Amino acid sequence: MADPHIETYDPEHEATSAAITESRPARAVLMAIAFVFLALFLVLPLVVVFNQAFAKGLETYLTSLNDGDTLSAIRLTLIVAAISVPLNLVFGLAASWAIAKFEFKGKAFLTTLIDLPFSVSPVISGLVYVLLFGAQSALGPFLKAHGIEILFAVPGIVLATVFVTFPFVARELIPLMQEQGTGDEEAALSLGASGWQTFWYVTLPNIKWGLLYGVLLCNARAMGEFGAVSVVSGHIRGQTNTMPLHVEILYNEYNAVGAFAVASLLAGLALVTLVLKTVLEMRYGAEIAATRGH
Amino acid sequence: MSNATTRTGWRFRQPSVIPGFGLTLGFSLAYLTLIILIPLSGLAWRSAALGWADFWRIALDRRTLHALEISFGTALIAAAVNVVFGTIVAWVLVRYQFPGRRIVDAMVDLPFALPTAVAGIALTTLYAPNGWLGKPLMALGIKVAYSPLGIVMALIFIGLPFVVRTVQPIIEEIDKEVEEAAATLGASRFQTITRVLAPGLLPAVVTGFALAFARGVGEYGSVIFIAGNLPNISEIAPLLIVIRLEEYNYAAATAIAAVMLALSFLMLFVINLLQSWSRKRYG
Repeated sequence: MADPHIETYDPEHEATSAAITESRPARAVLMAIAFVFLALFLVLPLVVVFNQAFAKGLETYLTSLNDGDTLSAIRLTLIVAAISVPLNLVFGLAASWAIAKFEFKGKAFLTTLIDLPFSVSPVISGLVYVLLFGAQSALGPFLKAHGIEILFAVPGIVLATVFVTFPFVARELIPLMQEQGTGDEEAALSLGASGWQTFWYVTLPNIKWGLLYGVLLCNARAMGEFGAVSVVSGHIRGQTNTMPLHVEILYNEYNAVGAFAVASLLAGLALVTLVLKTVLEMRYGAEIAATRGH
Repeated sequence: MSNATTRTGWRFRQPSVIPGFGLTLGFSLAYLTLIILIPLSGLAWRSAALGWADFWRIALDRRTLHALEISFGTALIAAAVNVVFGTIVAWVLVRYQFPGRRIVDAMVDLPFALPTAVAGIALTTLYAPNGWLGKPLMALGIKVAYSPLGIVMALIFIGLPFVVRTVQPIIEEIDKEVEEAAATLGASRFQTITRVLAPGLLPAVVTGFALAFARGVGEYGSVIFIAGNLPNISEIAPLLIVIRLEEYNYAAATAIAAVMLALSFLMLFVINLLQSWSRKRYG
């Protein structure tokens, strides 16, 4: 395998290799296009969120957040993420162990199935659970007779969130663990470690940053999911409204400050996610280079 | 060694000293079946139960066809725009040095991290007739929010990282010697880019396009605020599913979803083909 080819900036090198870069004006034009495009599509929407949230001052912002329904939406979002992220974390570990450490028939097909939720519209991800558990379904009357609430209640919201965030951890871990191979685990086992010890002391430390990376992305999506949750939640204010759904309700009531205040919390979560992600990429990237080295 | 493998013939898995295969694969399959496969096959079963005639009557309903056309059409335009600008962004991020490059690079992932509903209300406010960008555009006679153009804007936002993140690693891997060789053989920079570099980037660009397109077709949260949601004009297919559900018209919701799902899986299949083709050629 070739060495990781990491290009570092070297002004002298650039000066000597004018043949393999664009002319100065061409570079300026390309950079201008890229920056204007990113400013219009990424920076401005973000600025709008905070601008609108604080449009009537800090006090109005805080008052609109300190509202019973808003607080219960925040609580529900945290609960849903706290259940669905660990579930997909355990699945991600199990699936990547089976796929990366073993050779078996149908592996490529299984990997494709894991990515399936990414190509399903969020609305359909919610719809499938409505069809499964709704009053019109085969299970519906049974659930009703036994007083089990899945739709328009927390379990349905959790299920829809789990569906949508299903691949996140697994798809980070599978390539990473495949890259690392099985040498470390075989060494540990031959030295007398048990399976659990091998996983805990050898595999887990090797994949911890990749794991954290996957969990981070999974969590951002779990807290921000709108379409799937919207279909199963029933939009009961103060009960089954997550933060993104609450944003919609406030916005449709023309409560711009309230909607953008809640939105600003979610935007803050997105920014924290991006910062942590960048930090992890710097460390995680180095880690991958290290594992490639030996 | 080779004797042992040839003797055994077909086997489900290669022998390994590592434990836990049964446990991890068993758990993964059970979880996958419960969370993904059973609910999805429920959808397939329910749409099959509709019967051929009913299914096509709903699927070919005028409003449904328009909704599908709007979803696929706007996603196609947005993905095409993202291919052009996303590739430029990726090129600038890899090849040029400028202060704050790492911050710009991190910002590209904003659409992945920002909840779609937040993006939706922010873009709507921005492009509304009295918004920061909507007002000057309105003066030029261009209506963005509450029109199909608004849907395209939302889908450009949603799809951008797919193109950049697919193309970027391929640009990073380009061997500079190839460009030097082209230059020494007398190619102009423009020729080098169009004749030498572009063919190598094409598979990644196509994959990025397909990913952005697939995501755009199913997108709901960021679109419904800005679209205006006029039936037959700016009503996307996922919204029509939600509307049918709210009318308790499960048959229609199921049929539309089945059509969308079939088209998405077709795209997934094409994406996989493209990826294995580009891996084979450039991996």
